[in-house]
Amino acid sequence: MLKKSWKRELPLHLLLLPAAAIVFIFNYIPMAGILMAFERYIPTKGIWGSKWVGFDNFSYIFSLPDTYTVLWNTLFIACMKIVVGQVTPIAVALLLNEMRSALIKRGVQTLIYLPHFLSWTILGGIMIDILSPSSGIVNQMLTAIGGKPIFFLGDNNWFPFTIVISNEWKEFGFSTIVYLAALTGISPALYEAAVMDGAGRWRQTWHITLPGMRPVIILLVTLSLGQVLNAGFEQIFVLYSPQVYESGDIIDTMVYRMGMLSAQYGPATAIGLMKSFVSLILISVAYFLAYRLANYRIF
Amino acid sequence: MVKESLGRKLFLGFDYTFMILLSLLCMFPLVHVLAVSFSSNAASSAGLVTLWPIGFNLKSYEFVMQNAEFLRSLGVSVQRVLLGSLIQMLLIVITAYPLSMEASRFRFRTAYAWYFLVTILFGGGLIPTYMVIKDLGMLDTLWALIVPSSVPVFSVVLLLNFYRGLPRELEEAAFIDGASLLRTLFSIILPLSLPAIATLLLFSMVGHWNAWFDGLLYMNRPENYPLQSYLQTLIINNDFKATTAEELQMLKSISNRSVKAAQIFLGALPILLVYPFLQKYFMKGIVLGSVKE
Repeated sequence: MLKKSWKRELPLHLLLLPAAAIVFIFNYIPMAGILMAFERYIPTKGIWGSKWVGFDNFSYIFSLPDTYTVLWNTLFIACMKIVVGQVTPIAVALLLNEMRSALIKRGVQTLIYLPHFLSWTILGGIMIDILSPSSGIVNQMLTAIGGKPIFFLGDNNWFPFTIVISNEWKEFGFSTIVYLAALTGISPALYEAAVMDGAGRWRQTWHITLPGMRPVIILLVTLSLGQVLNAGFEQIFVLYSPQVYESGDIIDTMVYRMGMLSAQYGPATAIGLMKSFVSLILISVAYFLAYRLANYRIF
Repeated sequence: MVKESLGRKLFLGFDYTFMILLSLLCMFPLVHVLAVSFSSNAASSAGLVTLWPIGFNLKSYEFVMQNAEFLRSLGVSVQRVLLGSLIQMLLIVITAYPLSMEASRFRFRTAYAWYFLVTILFGGGLIPTYMVIKDLGMLDTLWALIVPSSVPVFSVVLLLNFYRGLPRELEEAAFIDGASLLRTLFSIILPLSLPAIATLLLFSMVGHWNAWFDGLLYMNRPENYPLQSYLQTLIINNDFKATTAEELQMLKSISNRSVKAAQIFLGALPILLVYPFLQKYFMKGIVLGSVKE
């Protein structure tokens, strides 16, 4: 019996083999690479030959004043993105839902979804052009109405907000899709009953539409908990410059510069490891909460 | 229904105006950059262009299309999109199938599923991954851009959920008729999954076209950059260099800004071309994951 099921299942193992091997090489072997975080890593000596230094890399990181700035920047930008990234799509979905002209609604959707599909290279290039303090169109408009030019990408007061808003430009449209799907799932009978009871539009929105969206909102908010340390590497990498490190440098960009540009492999891996570890805990908690609160399962 | 009140009318007026303005605002930067790319040197340098080209000409595009570096990186991108998506799709299709089975049919299903899911939760990080790819001798090859990302776990999950929605009886019938596992997958399951597969294929192609950081990371020589990595170094880092004397000569008559704008637009063009299909399929793609038993 046992032999038979092995024989029956063998082709299934073979089907999974290529993907399993690739994941092993490119995802699991690098996990062993986190040993570098505890070594004075020298590439020619390799992981097994480099000197073991325990937690030296970690104490080195925490002796750097920049580390605390970077941690704060990461949390600040990521949390702002989460809050704005939840509120905007809900509002937009509600406004779209009230539109009765299918044609205009579809047109609006087509335009607001588009930026999601463009890369940060493209969108970053556009941002740099339009926000340029000398020739950018945004600053030209500002000066035309009597304001002073603002260096959105070079001023530490403006940089984090520029990041959050430009990220919203890329993603808010796409994020509305899930909420719109939730809205279409609300039974029309509820609205009819409410109208019979004399409820106006506002009361319908408050007592039917919003509660109808609640499961999805709870789900997305809990899942976003896992993103608290993800401030968006690609976007910031494209848009930042040394003059805004003070307000815009985040964990991921710091790891990149330390590891890839200054070859401080040990400390860079150590920061990366701490981030992965905290994220792992946050994501696990988020999935657990999503499972308990919204009965969400990945598979 | 009878009393479409004044308040309601005002609200609807606001709603339509606001949403239309919002969507136009989203497009404004794109249209502006497009207009700059078609404008004359003088107009774009002086900042006269808003939404319509001033001094319309195609010089920037001529310059870009003669630029050897641009064309070479475009070639790398095309290879990457074609080969990368093909490999990704094949792996997604065959990996999702065993994972979609009940534990009674395939006892190791849950173990394998966790094996793949762990990679979503935890990774070695940037530097250890770079080291592995370097030790494999993949730096400066196309494979560094294709193989490490060839098993997108989320897409596998989407497809396995789709497979599960298919009627089990079909598979059983095929099995009784003596069809092998591969034959069942490719002649029964696959044709029924075409909508899901079209969605994932589009996602895969867009992902490969848009990816730029891996190119920057794994390619030491700029001639191996895919287009988006090349654009990143060019537009963002500003290390703009005309390579030949002719190009230098040409650059005098066109502005750096228009050339950049033209390249930004060309980099976005393939996405704009497939966008109608994307829009048709991505709604399905998102709903795809939520259909569960």
